[in-house]
Amino acid sequence: MPYAVETRDLTRVFAGKKKHWWRKPKPNEEESRGPVTALDGVSLQIHEGELFGLLGPNGAGKTTLIKILATLLLPTSGMAFVAGNDVTKDPFPIRQRINMVSGGETSGYGLLTTRENIWMFSQFYGVPSKVSKARIDELMHAFGLWDKRDAKVRLISSGQRQKMNMIRGFVTEPDILFLDEPTLGLDVNAARTIREYVMNWVRGQSGKTVLLTTHYMAEADEMCDRIAIIDKGKILACDTPENLKRMIHTQTTFRLEVDPLQDTSTFQRMDGVVNFSLRDDASKNRTELTFILENEAPVAEILSAITAQGAKVHALRKTEPTLEDVFISMVGRGFE
Amino acid sequence: MSTYWRTFKTAAWLGWQMDSNWTEPWLFVIYSIVKPVAGAFILIFMYVVIWSINGIPDPHSFAFLYIGNAFFIFVGSTLLGTFQVIQSDREWYQTIRYVYISPISYYVYILGRAFSKIVVSVFAVLITLAFGVFLLGSYGVQMQLSLDRLPLFFVSLALGLFVLLAIGITLGAATFLMARHSQTLAEAVPGVFYVFCGVLFPLTILPSWGQAIGEAIPLTYWFEITRRILLPFQLNTGLAGFDDLEILAFLLVSTVIFFGLSIGVFKLGEYLARRAGKIDMTTSY
Repeated sequence: MPYAVETRDLTRVFAGKKKHWWRKPKPNEEESRGPVTALDGVSLQIHEGELFGLLGPNGAGKTTLIKILATLLLPTSGMAFVAGNDVTKDPFPIRQRINMVSGGETSGYGLLTTRENIWMFSQFYGVPSKVSKARIDELMHAFGLWDKRDAKVRLISSGQRQKMNMIRGFVTEPDILFLDEPTLGLDVNAARTIREYVMNWVRGQSGKTVLLTTHYMAEADEMCDRIAIIDKGKILACDTPENLKRMIHTQTTFRLEVDPLQDTSTFQRMDGVVNFSLRDDASKNRTELTFILENEAPVAEILSAITAQGAKVHALRKTEPTLEDVFISMVGRGFE
Repeated sequence: MSTYWRTFKTAAWLGWQMDSNWTEPWLFVIYSIVKPVAGAFILIFMYVVIWSINGIPDPHSFAFLYIGNAFFIFVGSTLLGTFQVIQSDREWYQTIRYVYISPISYYVYILGRAFSKIVVSVFAVLITLAFGVFLLGSYGVQMQLSLDRLPLFFVSLALGLFVLLAIGITLGAATFLMARHSQTLAEAVPGVFYVFCGVLFPLTILPSWGQAIGEAIPLTYWFEITRRILLPFQLNTGLAGFDDLEILAFLLVSTVIFFGLSIGVFKLGEYLARRAGKIDMTTSY
């Protein structure tokens, strides 16, 4: 039985800007002009019925991968199959079985009502009008959009538009659903509603597959059966959330909140430091450091190095490993 | 129901909603009447200015340009209707990625969206013609449409609209790869047709190279045969050597050629855009 999604050594390079003889390049333009490798030899297998997460920072290649799988973009090399069909050669049968929703955008025809927008898309998929209308009503109740069913799209909030787009994704009952950062920019309740609906949708019926991209660790951890961690177009690891965290279970994670530091290069040279990341909190004028350590021995040396710079340690705590810690352990920086 | 028909019907419904649903129905009706009548007044003004300069009236020339302009409404709106689909879905509504990945023919989707523009144009053309016949008879606007010429009229009208759609989609395919220049294209191309296809004046007024350009554009034959059917007199347009059926044959052949071309160019534009990652690009131009 074919995988719901399979990629083999998938690579996507975006060509840089072309040079024109009539225009002088601006300062620093030469460096930003070159080609960008968005995906670099990605090989993945997603099983039917799986809720699969693609976790990575902004610019990691998540959206590029989804666009290729959704037949919006061609790969530069390698192969990708969705429901057993080649995305390059055979997009039409793929389109009959997929749908896609991108978060954080405000797409929609403003002159139509929310219901009309969703209904129209369902018609492109051949859903009988009666069935479509019944499904729309049900989904509008589920996503809390019922009271906006007859509101013109131009008059609803961006969060409500996002909910409308989620409904558009589910109304066609796809076998494979691509969700690209579906909770981006939503309030806590709306995000929870969407997460719960997606989990129930996949697990409550057989044959439904979801590929979810996110940069929210907790979201990936809570929702996904398996997660691939992606950075700079490469898959760094792929496993269940538990197994990923177990990869660093022999290591220890410490988080420190300190005054801003002048020099952090000394940490990397210390024995026992696997990796570390720092995040500045401008509102508090503090820096949050996360250390992945082989054991607790280097803690005293770290504290000495901090105080030697005249900085104060405001908090120090040992934490359970998270998916972000796995990421830090692999690449030496956090998601921001 | 076939995928093509379902796509066409839904896209036409969407286009109609966008063209007609922006205001109250009564205001839409008033707008639909006032707009072509205002266009007719511009023609009257042009004619009166030329009349006062020359000192002699030329009702045949006025009727010629009036009929040409009335049918040119189809050109402007059909081309705009096809050009704008990609641009508007991509930049304004940001829906193109969801339409594009649905199991439809995007080519047929554009045809459906443009169809609503044609429907709106039919109304505008009829009002312009009625205004001319009933109120501008004294300026020379006369029309005759005998029953036996009706089939010829409808066949030529259908071919004219088909070729317009084909040209629109051919050029629309280029907008897959463009951002800001697609609007320029949408304005420039109808302008070229306005000058070279015998809309305002007969081709014989143009220099020989201009006439050659006009004769290579199928719309020239559409305007020619439409005038032959509707006007009770003929001006020398440079195509007098061809009879009606020959003109219709030119139009038919060029329609078939342009339709084939539009499919090929559209597939190429779509492939190049998908390869370059431009299908759903938003540039905010």
